[in-house]
Amino acid sequence: MPIATASQTIGPYWHLLEDKSWADALRFGAEGERIAVSGRIVDGAGAPVADACVEIWQSDPPASDSFPGFARAATDKDGVFRLVTLKPGPVRGRGNATQAPHLAVAIFARGLLRHLVTRLYFAGEPLNETDPLLSFIAPDRRGTLIARPDGAGAWRLDIVLQGADETVFLDV
Amino acid sequence: MDTSDPVPFRPHVAGTQPPYDAPPYRSTGLRHPALPVVPLPHTVTETTGPRFSPAQFPAVADISVVDGRQAVGERIIVEGHVTDEDGRPVPHTMLEIWQANAAGRYAHPGDQHDAPLDGNFRGTGRVFTDAAGKYRFVSIKPGAYPWRNHPNAWRPNHIHFSLFGPGFASRLITQMYFPGDPLLALDPIYNCIPDAGARARLISHFDIGITQPEWALGYRFDIVLRGRGATPVQTPDEHEEAH
Repeated sequence: MPIATASQTIGPYWHLLEDKSWADALRFGAEGERIAVSGRIVDGAGAPVADACVEIWQSDPPASDSFPGFARAATDKDGVFRLVTLKPGPVRGRGNATQAPHLAVAIFARGLLRHLVTRLYFAGEPLNETDPLLSFIAPDRRGTLIARPDGAGAWRLDIVLQGADETVFLDV
Repeated sequence: MDTSDPVPFRPHVAGTQPPYDAPPYRSTGLRHPALPVVPLPHTVTETTGPRFSPAQFPAVADISVVDGRQAVGERIIVEGHVTDEDGRPVPHTMLEIWQANAAGRYAHPGDQHDAPLDGNFRGTGRVFTDAAGKYRFVSIKPGAYPWRNHPNAWRPNHIHFSLFGPGFASRLITQMYFPGDPLLALDPIYNCIPDAGARARLISHFDIGITQPEWALGYRFDIVLRGRGATPVQTPDEHEEAH
């Protein structure tokens, strides 16, 4: 049987691919509740990760011609990424579970031979209390997945690749 | 309403993917998670993923030419199939590619290697597999270049590939290498993959059948994305490549 091809790092020059418009998942005219999501990525020494590629994917609202459900942004010199999308709603989990609204987040960078995967949840969602993944994670680390309000329609989630307050990364 | 769980992607075969912490590749030092990653049973978030169509994202299948002017270097054709671990073609999926020019320099402000830029080479393209999972693009053979990982460190010739496949959990970024490159044995990024077979599969094959007479050398590079589930026979799945 064939075996999946090995991952290799995205490296420091991936910006050759970058189309800055991809940071805005509403660029094709999608309508709904617009949200801006940002965060700062730091490494194990607290230094900004200034060459990362951050991608988000959501299965709700469903992707369509006007809404790709996907966005990509580079981090800037301060390690900050900024993305725009629609606020996701609850989605079905395994069994009859309901998952709290969330975005899937993938982080690619020099020094990451495989990309990191995490999720971004939204503070204040009642469904967070019963979300299967959040419930599985120790309470002292759960907060690393939950974005905080950052002004009207804006959410902020900082990401720590390593060390104290390390973000929960997922094996998918 | 469909109440069945989505069919998950299979876990990777042990040793066939690089670790996060790989000391020979210095940049992993402060960037790898120190805590174990948390297993996540796949849900619709992981088993579905973005779709890209050539109508919205036009293909750029010949990156050896800019505005009708030829880049300097050895013209190559790269062709291959994208399949899953069950051998099924992955049709109509996008591949993004980027690479250094023939002199080993990226058209990127961060690349300060003392090698010439080429105004006729941007080094970035986008192609889609056809109904049989086949892709093809034309480029220039990328040059090797130095990096500062360790004294006298040089990256082997390589082309970067980015694929999405059918779900966000099938997302893959990798590098294609060239046969016979003496730098491969010395390259930490390549050698961090534990399994020798998995490493070797990142090396393209020279193919006289792809080679076009009087014009360009041909290389074959096949890519395998993760397979799904333990049950290859499954009900029709709306998340399979529909368009």
